[in-house]
Amino acid sequence: MTKRRSPWLLAVTALVYIFLYAPIIVLIVFAFNSSRTNVVFEGVVNQGDCGPFYWFCQLGRNRELVAAARNTLVVAATSTVASTVIGTMAALALQRYKFPGKAYSEISLYIPIVIPEIVMGVGLLVLYSALFGFINTTFGLNGDNRLSLGLGTVILSHIAFSVPFVALVVRARLQGFDKAVEEAAMDLYANEWTTFWRVTLPIIFPGVMSGALLAFTLSLDDFITTFFTTGPGGTTLPIYVYGLLRRVTTPELNALATIWIVIVFVVLMLSQLAGRRSEAH
Amino acid sequence: MPEFAVELRNVSKRFPGPSGEIVTAVNNVTMQIKDGEFFSMLGPSGCGKTTSLRMIAGFELPTAGEIYIHDRPMGHTPPYKRPVNTVFQNYALFPHMTIGQNVGFGLEMKGVEPKEIQRRSSEALEMVRLAGYEKRMARQLSGGQQQRVALARALVNHPEVLLLDEPLGALDLKLRKEMQLELKRLQREVGITFVFVTHDQEEALTMSDRVAVMSAGNVLQMGAASEIYEKPNCRFVADFIGETNFLEGAVKAQTGRDVDVELAGGLLCRATADEGSQVVSGQKVTVTMRPEKLGLRPWQGADNVYDGRVEEVVYIGTDTHYTVVLAGDQRLRVREQNDDPLSRPLAAIGDAVKVYCDEVSARVLTE
Ligand SMILES: Nc1ncnc2c1ncn2[C@@H]1O[C@H](COP(=O)(O)OP(=O)(O)OP(=O)(O)O)[C@@H](O)[C@H]1O
Ligand SMILES: [Mg+2]
Repeated sequence: MTKRRSPWLLAVTALVYIFLYAPIIVLIVFAFNSSRTNVVFEGVVNQGDCGPFYWFCQLGRNRELVAAARNTLVVAATSTVASTVIGTMAALALQRYKFPGKAYSEISLYIPIVIPEIVMGVGLLVLYSALFGFINTTFGLNGDNRLSLGLGTVILSHIAFSVPFVALVVRARLQGFDKAVEEAAMDLYANEWTTFWRVTLPIIFPGVMSGALLAFTLSLDDFITTFFTTGPGGTTLPIYVYGLLRRVTTPELNALATIWIVIVFVVLMLSQLAGRRSEAH
Repeated sequence: MPEFAVELRNVSKRFPGPSGEIVTAVNNVTMQIKDGEFFSMLGPSGCGKTTSLRMIAGFELPTAGEIYIHDRPMGHTPPYKRPVNTVFQNYALFPHMTIGQNVGFGLEMKGVEPKEIQRRSSEALEMVRLAGYEKRMARQLSGGQQQRVALARALVNHPEVLLLDEPLGALDLKLRKEMQLELKRLQREVGITFVFVTHDQEEALTMSDRVAVMSAGNVLQMGAASEIYEKPNCRFVADFIGETNFLEGAVKAQTGRDVDVELAGGLLCRATADEGSQVVSGQKVTVTMRPEKLGLRPWQGADNVYDGRVEEVVYIGTDTHYTVVLAGDQRLRVREQNDDPLSRPLAAIGDAVKVYCDEVSARVLTE
């Protein structure tokens, strides 16, 4: 059915899109700026071997930045895997077992979602300091052996705030899960382990994937929690960029953001495709 | 081969209820299911049929008592180690697998080689008239077809016992009737013991060799379909299976299984008591008479004859139902076949009639 759409509706839609995407487009365009100060656009840069991609190549030569990018990916990958496993198990446990204090454990699981992130960040910092202080003195650790903030604490913190999100997403998927299907598998000689891998997981897999993606993106761009719990050697991209902002911003930053956007865009497209495929299933 | 495929000995199952109380789903049930028979558990909603079946399958463990499958005590044996398979009420097909993978799942778990799995799966699908459906997904099939896949998925493993929990519950009436015959045919063909759960008494009667009637966690009566229908041992069974009349009275005299009951309004009834049932003079009893065993047309040697007045006439095609009011304001429903070529009613509303009944058709119930 084709219907004449109101021009007003079109205008509003266009405005919304401009509002949403204009900053991103400007950001990307300025990644190709020939002006180092990057205040006004002074034409497309064409310098060195990389031509218009000069700033992108500069990025690659920036050792600090490469290290931060690597850290970010390491943190995101590990915390995604860990929080997806833990969150999925938590969702399954909450879904199928009755145990004393279930209501409380359910609520407490979701608290990290609702409390301000800064509170969580400070809380984790206090926890690590107290814990590490205690361990260091008790076991007489000193020098390089001392436990201190760093990449490890960042990973732990990211796992902590991702688990509830994964659990929430997987639980939503489990709502429509027919437990009889698992019983059918057990009835057909599959033990608990095989039943999980052959029946339960494949059925809830789209939920687990959504949870993992959410955890991954949360970890990628987390600033606050990371800021409080990071230490030497634990600088992630958001922390690094924040540091840059206090100095001078060059189109290098825009180049970085552009790569970021492209990656996010690709991941989103892939997850959409995966979602559609599993729906068609 | 042991005589019994499944045996429940004093099996009870208690669940913690929602507010801390204890729900007894199955209460000290003992039943023996013979090898190769079509056995039904019949009873109203919540009487413990599903729970009994789930205990046989191993999804629930009895709180007390023991379950034997071909004389082997099941104890804590998990479902995947029991020689039984289940057809679930809502089929529970694996949504992420093809029909072929669904049917082959059990064999795969048993370690049968792929070629053999394929051969036996397609054989099983052929048996349920779904040959060539291997590549489809479950949700591309109709309810009746999914039902048959569920059957094939269970039967392909040649279980010692097949458990079916209201497998026809979700089908429409016509398909239901078809599947009843189909199930019966399959059972005869494969010769596997079927334990069938239903709350539909007609279904239980048409399909089963033997039926156990359950109520509130207890087995009230167990026997051949005809036995349960003709000789109910209590009011609940008589009422639940088919249609019947109940008349209250007191025992006046008794010789062996012949009992004279004095009904309300001073009517006398010559009735039959169950073998082994104890009735004494003066005892309050209920007499049950099936409407089709009563007649408005006299026959030679009818043991009981009552005068009454027709209160209602309902024509239902093959039969006509008459409600007759007797002395003492007692009502009897009488069912007469419309074998008259013109289906002329035997009596009209308000007519004075006589109701005839044989002694064997009037059964004394003590509880
Ligand atoms: N897991 C459980 N926890 C608590 N109570 C239960 C549980 N399973 C069954 N019951 C209770 O046990 C009783 C028997 O249930 P069951 O499912 O065996 O009945 P049913 O005869 O199969 O009924 P229906 O015809 O409705 O399926 C019911 O009162 C039910 O509420
Ligand atoms: Mg049930």
